[in-house]
Amino acid sequence: MSADEVVSRLESGMTLGIGGWGSRRKPMSLVRALLRSRVTDLTVVSCGGPDIGMLAAAGRIRTLVAAFATLDSIPLEPHYRAARERGALELMEIDEAMFLWGLRAAANRLPFMPVRAGLGSDVMRVNPGLRTVTSPYEDGETLVAMPALRLDAALVHVSRADGRGNGQYLGPDPYFDDLFCEAAEAAYVSCERIVDTAELTKETAPQTLLIKRHTVAGVVESPRGAHFTSCVPDYGRDEAFQKQYATTSWAEFAGRFLDGDEHAYQSAVRDWHEEAAHE
Amino acid sequence: MSDITGAPLPPPTRTPLLPPTRTPLLPPTRAEYCVIACAEAWRDAGEILASPMGLIPSIGARLARCTFSPDLLLTDGEALLVGPDGTVEGWLPYRQHLTLAAGGRRHVMMGASQIDRYGNQNISCIGDWARPARQLLGVRGAPVNTLNHATSYWIPKHSRRVFVEKVDMVCGVGNDRAGGAPFHHLARVVSGLGVFDFATPDRSMRLASLHPGVTVEEVREATAFPLAVPDEVPYTRDPTAAELRLIREVIDPADTRSREVAG
Repeated sequence: MSADEVVSRLESGMTLGIGGWGSRRKPMSLVRALLRSRVTDLTVVSCGGPDIGMLAAAGRIRTLVAAFATLDSIPLEPHYRAARERGALELMEIDEAMFLWGLRAAANRLPFMPVRAGLGSDVMRVNPGLRTVTSPYEDGETLVAMPALRLDAALVHVSRADGRGNGQYLGPDPYFDDLFCEAAEAAYVSCERIVDTAELTKETAPQTLLIKRHTVAGVVESPRGAHFTSCVPDYGRDEAFQKQYATTSWAEFAGRFLDGDEHAYQSAVRDWHEEAAHE
Repeated sequence: MSDITGAPLPPPTRTPLLPPTRTPLLPPTRAEYCVIACAEAWRDAGEILASPMGLIPSIGARLARCTFSPDLLLTDGEALLVGPDGTVEGWLPYRQHLTLAAGGRRHVMMGASQIDRYGNQNISCIGDWARPARQLLGVRGAPVNTLNHATSYWIPKHSRRVFVEKVDMVCGVGNDRAGGAPFHHLARVVSGLGVFDFATPDRSMRLASLHPGVTVEEVREATAFPLAVPDEVPYTRDPTAAELRLIREVIDPADTRSREVAG
């Protein structure tokens, strides 16, 4: 499957989960394909990084569900920040644990999961729809009933996958990618390399098999598909390029790097690095 | 007998009047008092995860681990549990990190863009949340942290813009809003000027110690809410010679700490 085929299955108005975390192992080639499409008016659920910044800058997000948006080495995501400051998107701002519990509720087909986080904080004020639930046992504790974060579709990026959708991460952290896939009607996995199934566990332990094929609707081979976020151990974050992204106007950045297809993007990045090296 | 660096310690001096066997250390800097004040947050904490955010709290946590709190767990800032020399001793990806937080065996020291007299903390945005004047990080894990385990704060630049009357968005829950939450505990606030706790009848913020060279007046001037100040305010304790050597020679030889707090 190609990235454009994945996007052809998405529709405006959908609730879309995006895997990775901050500026780490984001399915950026799928996000770039989304930017080439006309899909818009999205509710995006994400541990926010440049995926959110780009989609917000392009005006594709109606509602964001997130606990943060960051570029990690650059603490504040500049384009997300600008979008918030001009009131360009709605925000369901929740705590990181609430976010995790919301995905778990959806993955388990439960309407909510009880969580202690959120009480006493302004998360309850800015999300007036959030309800609490009281323990039926002797403790009688009141907790937040974190609603399931059900997704119409999920996009994630991993190191390896087979053609059937068995996905493997080789870095230190799975983030929440398997949960995004389990919480979605249809999940799409991009990977650095598609390999034979037997290849997946030839040299690595089966615990690295994060994503199971029954949760996956399509696989895309996309080398350097997480660029400019990290995809350890295949590559680290492209800090110089991320800095360029963060310090250039959106129009200029999109004009130079996002006008063509993924191949054009990757060569524009190589050209940019060569120019930067000669300056 | 050797210290943590593996270098032999000087023999015990029988006569205190003997000259020191090493070159005398330069007196502690403000940043080093801040390191000590942060490290003290994890004293007697036992076998829990120390989660420092910011340079000086990170140096403080490692100092505590190397000296008086050897059972502390530390991470590499990513998904690994590591010893002070970087030896990997465990795996802690984000999802397990959140379970550990909910399980309570953790003491976090977070930053704060704003904090009020009851310890309500904001890292989300400045101004009206619906359309902020300045979008910051977002609530991140501040709600889950403050409701589940010991929480402290580190504020390098103590000013009225940070120590405010009322925060714009409550991310970390303060003492007046915790509503008897069973595991809520605000331990201390360390700033570039001193150490603060909540040991008052209404659990509002109190000046616990001044870093040497700072006056009560200076702290009051830089704080936008009425601060409880005891009649006798102690100074933040001096680092021991061994602690100073650890900070300067082992943990932070590049002196990154002075970039976070000058003086």
